[in-house]
Amino acid sequence: MKLKSLALSVTLAALAGTASADTKIGMITTLSGGGAGLGIDVRDGFMLAVKQSGRDDIEVVIEDDQRKPDIAVQLADKMIQSEKVDIMTGIIWSNLAMAVVPSAVSQGVFYLSPNAGPSALAGEGCHRNYFNVAWQNDNLHEAAGAYANGVGYGNSFILAPNYPAGKDALTGYKRFFEGELAGEVYTQLGQTDYAAEIAQIRASGADSVFFFLPGGMGISFLKQYADSGVDLPVVGPAFSFDQGILQAVGGAALGVVNTSQWNKDIDNATNAAFVESFEAEYGRLPSLYASQGFDTANLILSALDRAGVDDADAFRAALRAAEFDSTRGDFAFGPNHHPVQTIYAREVVQEGDVFTNRILGVALENHSDAYAGDCEM
Amino acid sequence: MSAILIIEQVLNGLQFGVMLFLMAAGLTLIFGVMGLINLAHGSLYMVGAFAAAAVAGATGSFVLALIAALAAAACAGTIVEIVVIRRLYRAAHLDQVLATFALILIFSEGTRWVFGSFPLFLDIPDYLSGPIALPGGIEYPLYRLALIGAGVLVAVELWWLTSRTRIGIQIRAGENDREMIAALGVDISRLYTLVFAMGAALAGLAGALVGAIQSVQVGMGEPVLILAFVVIVIGGIGSIKGAFIGSLLVGLTDTLGGVFLPELFKVFMDVGAATQTGSALASMAVYILMSVVLIWRPTGLFGMRA
Repeated sequence: MKLKSLALSVTLAALAGTASADTKIGMITTLSGGGAGLGIDVRDGFMLAVKQSGRDDIEVVIEDDQRKPDIAVQLADKMIQSEKVDIMTGIIWSNLAMAVVPSAVSQGVFYLSPNAGPSALAGEGCHRNYFNVAWQNDNLHEAAGAYANGVGYGNSFILAPNYPAGKDALTGYKRFFEGELAGEVYTQLGQTDYAAEIAQIRASGADSVFFFLPGGMGISFLKQYADSGVDLPVVGPAFSFDQGILQAVGGAALGVVNTSQWNKDIDNATNAAFVESFEAEYGRLPSLYASQGFDTANLILSALDRAGVDDADAFRAALRAAEFDSTRGDFAFGPNHHPVQTIYAREVVQEGDVFTNRILGVALENHSDAYAGDCEM
Repeated sequence: MSAILIIEQVLNGLQFGVMLFLMAAGLTLIFGVMGLINLAHGSLYMVGAFAAAAVAGATGSFVLALIAALAAAACAGTIVEIVVIRRLYRAAHLDQVLATFALILIFSEGTRWVFGSFPLFLDIPDYLSGPIALPGGIEYPLYRLALIGAGVLVAVELWWLTSRTRIGIQIRAGENDREMIAALGVDISRLYTLVFAMGAALAGLAGALVGAIQSVQVGMGEPVLILAFVVIVIGGIGSIKGAFIGSLLVGLTDTLGGVFLPELFKVFMDVGAATQTGSALASMAVYILMSVVLIWRPTGLFGMRA
């Protein structure tokens, strides 16, 4: 009997808890399977900011999409129709974002992307309720191309997996790189052995290598490349050099230059506090994904301070103003609700027994994206 | 397209092939002897890699890591066989697929629970790292040569085991007629456990060997598993010889196709289109090979049963 009344009171308390939450945020992200590290970082960064805000009128519903578009769509339907969320966020992969975002925003929900930035949502497919807090997919690759020009590379061998984001990557690099291409190769998505590509690089006469191989693909490539004896300089976007991956690559990544909109040594008070509190909370260094989650949450919090989510126009204007302290320093949206931001070149270094990144310099200053002109809201 | 590049790619194909063989050998034995479709074979590959990474991290010894991989995968295989698989021998293939797919999920989440979501570090030992010069001016990573050697060695041992030892006779007999050898007094359930553990150990060894040049992460076994199934279908189910030939064929087709098909298309297409078409066709090449083999020999190259 006692147990029953206890259960009842807990249920009541839980109901009361949901009743008092004014804003409901739905987070769909990847928490299981091979890509889970990214989603966990976004979630942890996001929840850290919510916790630090001390607000108890925000409820965050977190669900795992298992990196599968069909599951992401089901979860989104559930969140919008039965959970009645006001704001959605969390998706890591562009193909999942394409499956979820257009239908969510057309149903009046706000969507803030903490990672995926497919070109289709930045140009003609842009939407007034869609904000990207991370980057447009091409951005970091464009910065890599600009960096390669700056250090005088004239003949690059470029490779990426054969899927939409891979094609965006090579397009982005070629958009800014002014030299010749010694070779252009599309690998299979999820490929783990790069011996064949490395042999082609060796035979190609290139003076530099650009690659976009996110997650485990990058780990495999870098280890095999380091062991092959080909010693051409490598440049790539931050996705193969984030904090979660570097420990698994080990010494093979040392000295590699990669481009990122964030690093833990960007010098501002918000960033220093973020890095310190993230490490204290979770016992590991934050990655760029964690910084994106943290910024996304702080953007939402800043907008909620100025307008309730019920007043959609005022809330949208508050999001667009982006008056929050970003880990990247100044933060501003372009006309298509994608960031206009500085992208840095970083170098992989070893600090004690931890591999991490150090900023070398600016690759692209106040960079927007190539699709903003096609966006009409 | 120099001769050096072609030779290097052939070596790459052989190396990929012999590693596939370690997976396919276990898979084909288990299918051939017990009639079991084991989708969880890729999980045993992952178990081997994680065990190796953990032991290498703790002791710094690659040899100990390999031993740990063999032991851990064999243990995991034995437990799985006794607890789950044993109930499935008489079940329909669909039930086997369902149960072993559940095992994949359990292994993946269990591994994440123990080791976390981020990839682990496992590196080539110093004495095998770096390239060596082969005759003809070819530079080739020593570790990959060692992999080819290790794979061929395992193949020879397996051939010896199945064709020259008492256990091997029992295994082959079990493939042909399990009632008869049970009637002759062979403890069939112990034999099955042994075969399963052996297959698991080979998968674990492959995981550890390959893990050193790839990424040790949850879900690493499934892509290899798919190719391993292609290999045993090409080679003929239950045939170790077929698995070996099939592995080399698949390894060479996959590697050489990926390199030379885009080059071939460049002869009559512009570079961008050739790269895309070539890459797309290359990723299909293995399956085209399988279809051709099956049209020519419906039971696979060395398959005996229809």
